[in-house]
Amino acid sequence: MIDYKIEIENLRKVFGRRLIFDGIELELNSGSVYGVSGPNGSGKSTFVKLISGLISPTKGKVMHSIAGKEIIEEKLHNYLGFVSPYLVMYDEFSGLENIEQVMKIRGLNIDYDYVTYLFDEVNLKERKFDLVKGYSSGMKQRLKFVFALIHNPELLIFDEPTSNLDIEGKEKVYKLIKEEKEKGKLIIIASNEIEDIKQCDSTIDLINYKKAN
Amino acid sequence: MKAIALFNKDWQSELRTRYAINALAMFILVTISVILFSIGSEKITPYLTGGLLWVVIFFSAMSGLSRAFVSEEERGTTMTLQLVASPSTIFSGKLTFNLLLVFLMNIAITILFILLFESFTVQNYSLFLISFFFGNIGIAISSTIIAAIISKASSKGTLYPVLSFPILLPLILTLLELTKFAMDGDTVEKAFVEIAVLISYDVIMGTASYLLFDFIWKD
Repeated sequence: MIDYKIEIENLRKVFGRRLIFDGIELELNSGSVYGVSGPNGSGKSTFVKLISGLISPTKGKVMHSIAGKEIIEEKLHNYLGFVSPYLVMYDEFSGLENIEQVMKIRGLNIDYDYVTYLFDEVNLKERKFDLVKGYSSGMKQRLKFVFALIHNPELLIFDEPTSNLDIEGKEKVYKLIKEEKEKGKLIIIASNEIEDIKQCDSTIDLINYKKAN
Repeated sequence: MKAIALFNKDWQSELRTRYAINALAMFILVTISVILFSIGSEKITPYLTGGLLWVVIFFSAMSGLSRAFVSEEERGTTMTLQLVASPSTIFSGKLTFNLLLVFLMNIAITILFILLFESFTVQNYSLFLISFFFGNIGIAISSTIIAAIISKASSKGTLYPVLSFPILLPLILTLLELTKFAMDGDTVEKAFVEIAVLISYDVIMGTASYLLFDFIWKD
C-alpha cells in the first residue's frame, strides 16, 4: 500500500496585487481522489502548480512525504504524474519518441510492454510513430496521460483532464483514474466539469479561500 | 547520465528543427562577408584581425546560444522539462548542448579566419589553443545562464546582448590579450596571469551559475 501524504499549511498565493487564495490548510492522503473546483480565475491551475512545485507560494508550505519520509522539492518530479492543458509535448518527435526521451531524462529503463499497454489504453497505438505536430488536440491530450503514467508515479495531478477529449476518450480517462485509485495512489483533479468532479471522493472548493486581505 | 540524455534530446531536436544551427551559420557567413567587403584590398594588422575574430565570436554567440532555453519557452515545453528533471540536470544538459554549439561555431569561425584573412597569423599555437579552449567554456557557461534569465522576459532579443555584454566583457578582454600574445609568439609562461584569469572566470561563472540556476528556473 502506498503511503503518500501532502500537507498544506496556511497556503497563500498573490499575483501582483491580486489575491488568488489564502489560508489553505489541508492534508491529502493516498488512496483517494480529491477534486479542486471553483469558477474561472479561482486559482485551480495555480493551486495544482503549487502542489507540483512548479511555482512557489507567496506564503505557507506544501510538504510531500512517502512512508513518513519527506520528499525534497528537487526530487518531487520522480513521484509526480501531471496532465494539464498548458503541458506541451515536443512537436518534432513522435508520440513514442517523446515518451522515450522523457524516460531517458528521468534515468529510467523503458518497459516497452507497459508503453504499448498505455498507448493502447489511450487509443494511440496506431499513431505512436507519427510526429506530435500531426496530432489533433484530443490526441495530444491522450499522449499527456501516457507521459503522466509511464513512470508509475505515486501522485497524479490532472488539471482539466478531459478537455479536448471525445466521449470515448473521457470514459478512458475515468477508467484510468479508477484503476490508479485502486492501486492506492493519491489523485488530484482540478476541473469545472461535473463528470470529472463526480470521480472524486471529496472536493476542495477554492472559492472558500478567497478571503479579503 | 540524465544530463547527457537531456543533451541528446536537445541535439536530436536541433537536428530536426535547425533552430540554432541555421541562425548561427547564417550569422557567421554574413558577418565575415561584411568584414571582407569593408576591408576590400586594404591590409589590416594581425592584432586587428585577432580583435575581429572575438567580435564575430561574441555576436555569433549572441545570435544563437540563447536558443537552449528560449526555444523551450517559446514552444511551451518548459513545464515538460520541469516535470521530468531536476534543475541541476537541466542546467548541466543545456550547458553541454551550448558547449558543443560554441566549440562547433568557434572552430568554424577560426578556420574561416585562417583561410580568408592573410594577416591572421598565430605564432604560438599551444597558447592560442589553451585560450580558445577555456574561452569557449567561459562563453558557453555565461551564455547558458543568461539564456535562462532572459527566457521568461518579453523582449528576449534585446535583453540577451545587453545582459551578456558586461558579463562577457572581462572574458573577451582577456581573450583579446591572449590572442595578441599568441600572435606575437610569446610563451605560455609569459601569459600565465591571463590564463589564470581565464580559468578563474570559468570556475567562478560555472559555480555561480550552478548555484543560481535553481532560483532562476522556478517561477
